[in-house]
Amino acid sequence: MNNIKYILGSFGDPDEMMHGIQKLQDNNIKIHDVYTPMPIHGIEAKLGVKRSRLDIAAFFFGITGTMTMLSFVYFAAAYDWPINIGGKPHFALPDFIPITFELTILFCAFGLVGSYYASTHLFPGRAPRVMDLRATDDRFIIAIDAKENAEHSKIDNLLKEAGALEVKYNERKYVSYE
Amino acid sequence: MSGHKESILREPLITGKNITYAKITDDILMPVENKPNRAWWIGFIVALCGATLWVVSVGYTFWFGIGAWGLNKTVGWAWDITGFVWWVGIGHAGTLISAVLLLFRQNWRNSINRSAEAMTIFAVICAATYVVSHMGRPWLAYWVLPLPNQFGSLWVNFNSPLVWDMFAISTYFSVSLLFWYTGLLPDIATIRDRATGLRRKVYSIMSFGWAGNVKTWQRFEAVSIILAGISTPLVLSVHTIVSMDFATSVIPGWHTTIFPPYFVAGAIFSGFAMVLTLLLVARKVLGLENYITMFHIESMNKIIILTGSIVGVAYLTEFFIAWYSGSEYEQYAFINRSTGPYWWAYWMMMTCNVISPQLLWFKKIRTSIAATWILSIVVNIGMWFERFVIIVTSLHRDYLPSSWAMFYPSWVDVGVFVGSIGVFFTLFLLFLRVLPSIAIAEVKLLLKTASEQSKLEQIKEGHLEKEHVEEYIESLEKFDSVKQEDYAKI
Repeated sequence: MNNIKYILGSFGDPDEMMHGIQKLQDNNIKIHDVYTPMPIHGIEAKLGVKRSRLDIAAFFFGITGTMTMLSFVYFAAAYDWPINIGGKPHFALPDFIPITFELTILFCAFGLVGSYYASTHLFPGRAPRVMDLRATDDRFIIAIDAKENAEHSKIDNLLKEAGALEVKYNERKYVSYE
Repeated sequence: MSGHKESILREPLITGKNITYAKITDDILMPVENKPNRAWWIGFIVALCGATLWVVSVGYTFWFGIGAWGLNKTVGWAWDITGFVWWVGIGHAGTLISAVLLLFRQNWRNSINRSAEAMTIFAVICAATYVVSHMGRPWLAYWVLPLPNQFGSLWVNFNSPLVWDMFAISTYFSVSLLFWYTGLLPDIATIRDRATGLRRKVYSIMSFGWAGNVKTWQRFEAVSIILAGISTPLVLSVHTIVSMDFATSVIPGWHTTIFPPYFVAGAIFSGFAMVLTLLLVARKVLGLENYITMFHIESMNKIIILTGSIVGVAYLTEFFIAWYSGSEYEQYAFINRSTGPYWWAYWMMMTCNVISPQLLWFKKIRTSIAATWILSIVVNIGMWFERFVIIVTSLHRDYLPSSWAMFYPSWVDVGVFVGSIGVFFTLFLLFLRVLPSIAIAEVKLLLKTASEQSKLEQIKEGHLEKEHVEEYIESLEKFDSVKQEDYAKI
């Protein structure tokens, strides 16, 4: 057995890559991941990526913002230091709608983006897990785990039939960054 | 699916022949990966001089206090708030393009959203500096925050629109920044993977480790659409709240319920004008004619006519309501605006915002780069005068004729304003050098569906109706980046 860790099918066209995914799946070859320079619509269903729950998270972050601001402004304006302004109510709700709205948006946006970064492991300084340097430029890469799928020549043929411009055998999982 | 081809009844969003994914990357990263040309240096040095003037003027204001400005006891708010509202308004186009047009699936936003969002962020920075510098004691700027304090925990006045404004502007700035930066991650990764040495290290940190796998992309799109959904009401709320700084007061000329929609329309109007001012130059200097096409320019011009007309209707409504209200003070405020000592400012506003944008109804003008560029600057001059008229003419003649006064700006007022334009351009020019000015990944999405070459292929396949093809070729006439002779033989 050689040291090949990953087989990469490098496509120049997203439709050919989708075709390649179909071919591999028809032959029961498990795909490790796909790296593309742009979002490919419909690919998540094919690869079984679960529906994102970020929208639910965003809703709850937003509601947290609403409750935070409303309770804080109640505390500040009606409980901690109520100011009598011409006998008007201390907790003047219409006045507090703009700031409550802003805080809802603020919490929602930061919570949402924070959850996104956390769930996809994005943070400043993280070493990029790149398998092929052209995957952010003009190539659409299908990565297949070479240890799990032993029939390398079959994979090679399938990828080339689908239109892969190049099939690479990587001995290291990630190419350039340590 | 990326293989889906868009109908030729729509104009192409990417022009040019032999455009490939690699060429898109090369074209857009050209200014980032190469040394800047002479045009950039000239612009940068001029902008930097402006920024220096800003530092001097704001430093002078901080040292000697607000007395350095031309304010007097009658006109207590003038160029500072004019500049603030002007900059916040300019900022609105970026969010409108990136959020509202995303919700409406307007694909032409893909090639202009990145620089428009950058413009938003820089414009809001300029606006925020005005807020801080007009405070008088800027080192106590944190007093606007509801922080526990030593004064018996006296909180800020949550009933005040100025406090709402602080919440609105800071939320707007931070959410815009988040939206912009998250969108930039894939493009920063593109620069990183093509760079070497120190550049690679820096861009690697900035890219947050982006690799472009399926899950990240899928979640990326979910995040974009949710952020667009929450930014849309946010952008409307920001200028609404800015307008409430005036509308909730009892000053005749300010005390009007039309302000929120009218300010929002004005903000979008001036924002698009600024986007055009910047991008018409950038597309030429950076050679991006194939990505920011005449269709983009024309679409933005159409938004300018729409919002300009809304603003025009708002001016007339305001005038009508002043008369209809029967309030003597309200009526005087408006008569004084148009015929009083500041009549020239009022008519400047009317000409630049209402009359001259109507020229864009003519197709010749709206598809002419020179005319569009001049009109975009005219609009921004007009929008500055709008804020000046609202603020200064409403204040300068109050209830006591003995306290009537005029406002004369000092050199510091002028310095802060001209300087803020310098700061804005300095930041924008630096942005063009270090980050991609067009969202690379989003433009790549359009290549197979909405580009000129894919439409040409469709025509060559020959299953299309003849009149549709003729109509399409006719629609290409306005594009300065399309050669008509390519279509002569078809």
